[in-house]
Amino acid sequence: MKELTLTIRGGVDKDGRPDHIKEIEIHSGEIVAIVGPTGSGKSSLIADIEQFAQGDTPSGRRILIDGREPDLQMRSDPRKKLVAQVSQNMHFLADMSVEEFLRMHAKSRGKDPALAGRVIELANTLTGEPVRPDYPLTILSGGQSRALMTADIAVISDSPIVLIDEIENAGIKKQEALHLLAGEGKIVVVVTHDPMLALMSSRRLVMKNGGMTKVISTTAEEHRVFKDIERVDSWLTGLRETIRQGEVVA
Amino acid sequence: MKLAVVAGTPGSGKTSVLMHTVRDLKKGGHSPALIKIDCMWTEDDARFRRLEVPVTVGLSKDMCPDHFAIYNVDEMLSWAEEKGADVAIAETAGLCLRCAPYPDQCLAVCVIDVTAGPNSPLKVGPLLTTADVAVMTKGDLVSQAEREVFRERILEVNSSCRIVEANGLTGKGAAELAEIIAGWPEISGEMVLRHNPPLAICTLCTGELRVSKNHHRGVLRHLDGFTEYTGE
Repeated sequence: MKELTLTIRGGVDKDGRPDHIKEIEIHSGEIVAIVGPTGSGKSSLIADIEQFAQGDTPSGRRILIDGREPDLQMRSDPRKKLVAQVSQNMHFLADMSVEEFLRMHAKSRGKDPALAGRVIELANTLTGEPVRPDYPLTILSGGQSRALMTADIAVISDSPIVLIDEIENAGIKKQEALHLLAGEGKIVVVVTHDPMLALMSSRRLVMKNGGMTKVISTTAEEHRVFKDIERVDSWLTGLRETIRQGEVVA
Repeated sequence: MKLAVVAGTPGSGKTSVLMHTVRDLKKGGHSPALIKIDCMWTEDDARFRRLEVPVTVGLSKDMCPDHFAIYNVDEMLSWAEEKGADVAIAETAGLCLRCAPYPDQCLAVCVIDVTAGPNSPLKVGPLLTTADVAVMTKGDLVSQAEREVFRERILEVNSSCRIVEANGLTGKGAAELAEIIAGWPEISGEMVLRHNPPLAICTLCTGELRVSKNHHRGVLRHLDGFTEYTGE
């Protein structure tokens, strides 16, 4: 995959005061977390990146690719799009079968429609109840929808920049999902309240009142804490699975 | 004078998108004037007036709002001229999807709501197929993949249109639409419609209230598609 640099140039917070962070550069292969209380502007920042804002969103931020303003087609044409996004809104409204939808999406991205099968296969490694190709999209649960979109991003969208909004609420295996999305050499920006996902990243951008207030590099101590959380998380995941399967915790 | 005609299904977000677009046009040094066409009643003009631009309302009452908008284009333009505007923006009521109220020289903008599902571009008809710009709204309520499938469906029925992804709440896409309006050529000379309006005038249009087919004259079409003419 092509190496690239994503630059976020600061704008203003909700009160029109300039961002403390004037500029942050993110390089291929890096996972950066966006953290902050609810309503602090995390999703707006993700939206700025998704649409390659050029001072034309309420934040006034600018997004540069390799130090330059991306051209208009890169902003809108899915065939040229550099950004894939897993958002909080994952309910499907489309009156289509899973397979029909995925084939159509592959076509819109200029990819082989036969990739649909691979997406479904991969989605089923992330979710408890399997998704079948002939299911209507609208009957999928929240977890199934997210698993499907995560797999879709890995297989069909395959963009060098991946934006993830609160995947921990998805009811899917979050760490596997993040690894799958990060793939080889992608830029991953993840909005999260989850300590494990936040500490998996190399840096975290802190949001407050709509503004970018600081950037924290994950410390060596935090890496050690991450290992502890990982153990706790896999224990919890095991318990969750036991309970889901209707078994008794021993 | 430039003319933009903004059409779309009710509730698709035409007014909200225009609110942001007009702000961006003003920021770019343009003087837009707004014409809101509706049937019975509207309060959109009160929203538009907050933008401190000339606003007028045309209510079609018992007539088809699209037809009303079409034969009033001249009046809209001379009104906008009088107000010192350089861009006239007409927002239509948008009802039956049978007409497309776009004169050939205007910038034809069709606002279409993503939550209506990816089959809706196939249903909208000439309103979308003859548009220069399709504005997709409410995209934040669905996944990126569904937005992209929706976009593909728009291109299936109108491969040459520009697609703008907009959000009436945050103002996303408005700057892009304003730029397209600002770059559109001025109108000159006589304009004609891009798409023919419906063929028939029916007895209902002239005030007949009785529902039975016995009371209606002219070109009548049966549910099964059979078309007949009754009358002199």
